[in-house]
Amino acid sequence: MIARHKRMVLVAGIVAGVSIAAWLGTLAFRENVMFFFDPTAIAAGNAPVDKRFRLGGMVEKGSVQKTSGTLDVRFLVTDYRHTVPVTYTGILPDLFRDGQGVIAHGRMRGGVFVADEILAKHDEKYMPPEIARSLKDHPPPPNVAPITENGGT
Amino acid sequence: MIPELGHFALILALLLAGAQAFFGIAGAARGDARWQAAVRPAVAGQFVLISTAIGALVYAFVSFDFSVAYVENNSNSALPTFYRVAALWGAHEGSLLLWVWILSLWTLAVAMASRNLPVTLASRVLGVLGFVSFGFLIFTLATSNPFERILPAPADGRDLNPVLQDPALAIHPPILYTGYVGFAVAFAFACAAMLEGKLDASWARWTRPWTTAAWSFLSVGIALGSWWAYYELGWGGYWFWDPVENASFMPWLVGTALIHSLAATEKRGLFKSWTLLLAILAFSLSLLGTFLVRSGVLVLVHSFAADPTRGLFILGFLIIVIGGALTLYAWRAPLLKSQAGFEGTAREAFLLYNNIFLVLAALIVFIGTLAPLINDALGLPSISVGGQWFTRLFPLVILPLVALVAIGIHAGWKRGQLSVNRHRIIIGLGIALVVGLSVVFGAYGPGKWLTPVGVVLGVWIIVSSLFDPIDRLRRKLSLPRAIIGMTLAHIGLGVCVVAISTVESYTIERDVPIGVGETVALGRYAYRFESIQPVEGPNYDGVRGEVTVLRDGQPIAIMHPEKRNYWVQRSTMTEAGIHSRWNMNLFAALGEDLGGGRWSLRAQIRPLIDYVWLAAGLMALGGMLAASDRRYRALAAAQAGVTGTAQAPAT
Repeated sequence: MIARHKRMVLVAGIVAGVSIAAWLGTLAFRENVMFFFDPTAIAAGNAPVDKRFRLGGMVEKGSVQKTSGTLDVRFLVTDYRHTVPVTYTGILPDLFRDGQGVIAHGRMRGGVFVADEILAKHDEKYMPPEIARSLKDHPPPPNVAPITENGGT
Repeated sequence: MIPELGHFALILALLLAGAQAFFGIAGAARGDARWQAAVRPAVAGQFVLISTAIGALVYAFVSFDFSVAYVENNSNSALPTFYRVAALWGAHEGSLLLWVWILSLWTLAVAMASRNLPVTLASRVLGVLGFVSFGFLIFTLATSNPFERILPAPADGRDLNPVLQDPALAIHPPILYTGYVGFAVAFAFACAAMLEGKLDASWARWTRPWTTAAWSFLSVGIALGSWWAYYELGWGGYWFWDPVENASFMPWLVGTALIHSLAATEKRGLFKSWTLLLAILAFSLSLLGTFLVRSGVLVLVHSFAADPTRGLFILGFLIIVIGGALTLYAWRAPLLKSQAGFEGTAREAFLLYNNIFLVLAALIVFIGTLAPLINDALGLPSISVGGQWFTRLFPLVILPLVALVAIGIHAGWKRGQLSVNRHRIIIGLGIALVVGLSVVFGAYGPGKWLTPVGVVLGVWIIVSSLFDPIDRLRRKLSLPRAIIGMTLAHIGLGVCVVAISTVESYTIERDVPIGVGETVALGRYAYRFESIQPVEGPNYDGVRGEVTVLRDGQPIAIMHPEKRNYWVQRSTMTEAGIHSRWNMNLFAALGEDLGGGRWSLRAQIRPLIDYVWLAAGLMALGGMLAASDRRYRALAAAQAGVTGTAQAPAT
């Protein structure tokens, strides 16, 4: 092959490689991207039915129920306007508390959010930004302790 | 009084950093010998002053000076002394101080080792480092002063975040920062080369050991963080694609590309502008990493609301450093042409492939980590990227890379001459297939389809990297540290790939409710929950479980997972119980009290997981050996003798 042909083959190869990579990347990205919804958005029917998403809000005080002898747990997530029941099977993170912010990954099944992952953060003062924003849009009633936005480090 | 002294020292250090930047860069541009002579004293003075500031803050911590806000926020009178010192870098302000101190340490090392360099090049390198230091000191003083007082002084402090109260985590940040900041040296060399308009083999030879040393520190730092997350967070695993982890991984990937590209630049005068770009990129990602972790750039939009000055300052500084360097690059890089050509199977070509795949890998991490942030900044609906983004795409990039390494090791410079070494490639692959497949199917049985591929490729790298050193020994040739180092690092990569492939397929994990006296089975092993007792530490209380590990019914080990409640911050921490065997880790972490003497228990068996961290250690050791190779010192000195005098007047 003369040099010019060689270079053309090389360029064609690079273009093909980049296109395939970009295509695979886009596919994978679409598949793995998760949107955030708060209970109000779910009540309005905005949340997807067949896709995993992130639910965020506060764990309603006194709503945490454990089934004895199993790792099943049920609780309510609230943004002080609407609540969503959540079920989860597994070990809850250390920072999971009654009355504190929580982020759960999972999907809706018949009006119940079935979580496959409950998120913990390194810092208990940290408030996931989506929850802070959601609570800012719908301020909690005055009898609830004030939320400091990004109160961490 | 002492904290004010520290504050004052920091202000003086800022002035000296300014002087260092100005006299270094302007002095070299004007060719003014007296200006350039002022640079080294400024470096030394800055180091002394920043050390004074560090000392002052340590003193405030050790002497319980809770009138200093940072001390009050991050320590407590019940906190053990070791952690009171480590609390220095427990939060944002102190971390920044540690960062600039490590920078001044690197700068001092460069200043002392660069006496043989051409004068203008050394001045420019130190000048750029002074500029970086100046930016960080301004940032510290203006927005994050660790010496701020609160009056009246509170009686006691709010304690160090309990997750940080651990020996591995106490030393993790300084080592990680030494790696991050070390890339500032490569960055400074890159900027200096662009300012000089000259980039030759000796430049690459001077830059290489610094870059490799920084990379080694970063490797250890990342491994320590990963190990800590494994046993302290109780997550049980080596990597979670957490933004904080990714932030340190990106500069590592690009840094790995950089040390390989530098090799081609040194030996063959190739990839000059690409090397410069990687040096800029590696340091930019280090800066990003620092900020992502400590000041919450990940919730950037959000930080603006909390502390707009800090967020804006960070952004501004990033833009100046990265933007400035890239502008310089666009302007000067075309001057630095690479002339040599090479074949598609030459070593240069393999280094190029290596770079493409490493940068792609970094890009994958970058997209997954920063897409949520960018989305937020653009005001789009908030998103997060699931872990599968990384776990699906990463093998697609890393496994071809690993195969290319196994072949590329045998390629010679310029012409490749792979056919000469054909037998090595075939023998290596043969051994890898036999060993890898018999390990996978003999010892473990079927798993994920990628696992045999990963194990075989990993073994292949290990075997491939041994040919050359063994050959040298047989022919009684010298075995320089550079070769030993490279071999060790490549073996480390192979070990890492084998270990990760195995862990991913053959981990057994169960989360179970368990009562005292009950047993949970994990393959051939079983965990028996013996008892649970209260424990008390210096600043926490909690419970300590006792778990006996049984193998085929015989007890082989006892583990003690703990659950701790730290008093001051009232937070709960998990201390996993881990029993390490040569080929696996047995892991138990307490979940929560389910009532009635029952607990939830996270029980896991992870084969070869220790080798993931061991691999990082091998890579770092290899890097250190290579960086300390004699020829860097000897040749640099010899070269400088020739070019140094001829270079000085040219600007």
